[in-house]
Amino acid sequence: MIYINKISKWYGHFQVLNNCSAGIKKGEVVVVCGPSGSGKSTLIKTVNGLEPVQAGEIIVDNTVVTDRRTDMAGLRARVGMVFQHFELFPHLSVMQNLVLPQRKVLKRSREEAEEKAMGLLQRVGMQEHAGRHPGQLSGGQQQRAAIARALCMDPVAMLFDEPTSALDPEMIKEVLTVMVTLAYEGMTMIVVTHEMGFARQVAHRILFMDEGRIVEDTPKDIFFKTPQTLRAVDFLSKIIH
Amino acid sequence: MHWGLFFEQAPFGGVQYYQWLLRGFAVTVELSVCAWVVAFLAGSVFGIMRTLPHRAFRAAGGFYVAVFRNIPLIAQFFVWYLVVPELLPGSLGRDLKAMDPEIQFFILAVACLGLFTGGRICEQVRSGIQAQSRGQLSAGLALGLTLPQCYRHVIMPNAYRIIMPPMTSEILNMIKNSAVASTIGVIDLSAQANRLLEYSARPYESFIAITLAYVTLNFTVMFLMRLLERKIRVPGSTGGRHV
Repeated sequence: MIYINKISKWYGHFQVLNNCSAGIKKGEVVVVCGPSGSGKSTLIKTVNGLEPVQAGEIIVDNTVVTDRRTDMAGLRARVGMVFQHFELFPHLSVMQNLVLPQRKVLKRSREEAEEKAMGLLQRVGMQEHAGRHPGQLSGGQQQRAAIARALCMDPVAMLFDEPTSALDPEMIKEVLTVMVTLAYEGMTMIVVTHEMGFARQVAHRILFMDEGRIVEDTPKDIFFKTPQTLRAVDFLSKIIH
Repeated sequence: MHWGLFFEQAPFGGVQYYQWLLRGFAVTVELSVCAWVVAFLAGSVFGIMRTLPHRAFRAAGGFYVAVFRNIPLIAQFFVWYLVVPELLPGSLGRDLKAMDPEIQFFILAVACLGLFTGGRICEQVRSGIQAQSRGQLSAGLALGLTLPQCYRHVIMPNAYRIIMPPMTSEILNMIKNSAVASTIGVIDLSAQANRLLEYSARPYESFIAITLAYVTLNFTVMFLMRLLERKIRVPGSTGGRHV
């Protein structure tokens, strides 16, 4: 489903991604972790072309992301993305946030878009807040609405960029619950997160990154029991209390 | 004080003095409205250009601001009045000069005041766009919206909300600046007041009258903008009244 082949990226002279390769099969859940500044967020943003790369190739659902001629909007419509800071559109109600992209990108009718939106808001437990604006919601509610907005587009894969890092502790659970359900339903997911509980529960594989490289790409049991690199051992000892 | 002055017969035109002032008031309103349309459109277009990823657009936006913001307004008025009609290609320049001078001066004043104010609106639009997190644009793009769609449906509605208060000041400034148009022959409110002064030799009454007229106009704008601000306020935002 997603092939990342030897990609590299530089900001000026600083190399943020160094020859990264990975493959994600349909229905697979991959958790990307590593110390801050290791390139996790950049890596995930290259998958839908939000961050261009200078070398290497990325193919998503038979579309070459790194090809200049690719219709990027068309590709991005098929890959959902959830952000650390939610990024709901503040001037629109939750319902309008979900309807806008369906109408403008997928050209769905208003009725169809609203029906789809309502169904998904129900799934994330947000149906009662459909008419409210993002500024009137808690962080957890906003993030659940943002997940519903991404799902409205019927994505073939979902990218999560630290979806719980900006949340108060008591709201992390409600967002993770939605993500766990999604994983069990067979959604293809790449998740950048420090939530090792989530990784243990649903991930198939862990990508561990350090200084722009993918230094480990292992099934989760191996990663947690017998990490292959010293850097990963060190990292795990620091984040698992 | 002799307030009866305004109802005395003016020396020409077969009207009373107050009708001079009313006519001037109407010209000031017309000039301000037209110039605001020009300023808003030019400011928005160039302000958006200054935030686009393409270098040529950013440079063009920067050039516009540099030119129209760095030259005194009165100098710009004279450039439009004396130089621009000569520079216009062929028939356009001739047509302009052949027009009724009143209309010709009005058109030049609209262009001058509009583009001058546009240079300032441009910077406000740019700051309104850049005040939003980059994540907003990323989120729009990630949903499959094109860059123009992101600007139209996400970035600009919020940018205009953010810059509403400084934009109100800018409209008020523009109305006050419109008085400079009287130097190139537009018979606006200040020009009429000057004329009134010349013929009646009553400075207090003349200038108290136009002061009140400008104040009335600006208070109306302030009031309308406050209504508009309240109407488009986003629920749950901190932009409006703090609860």
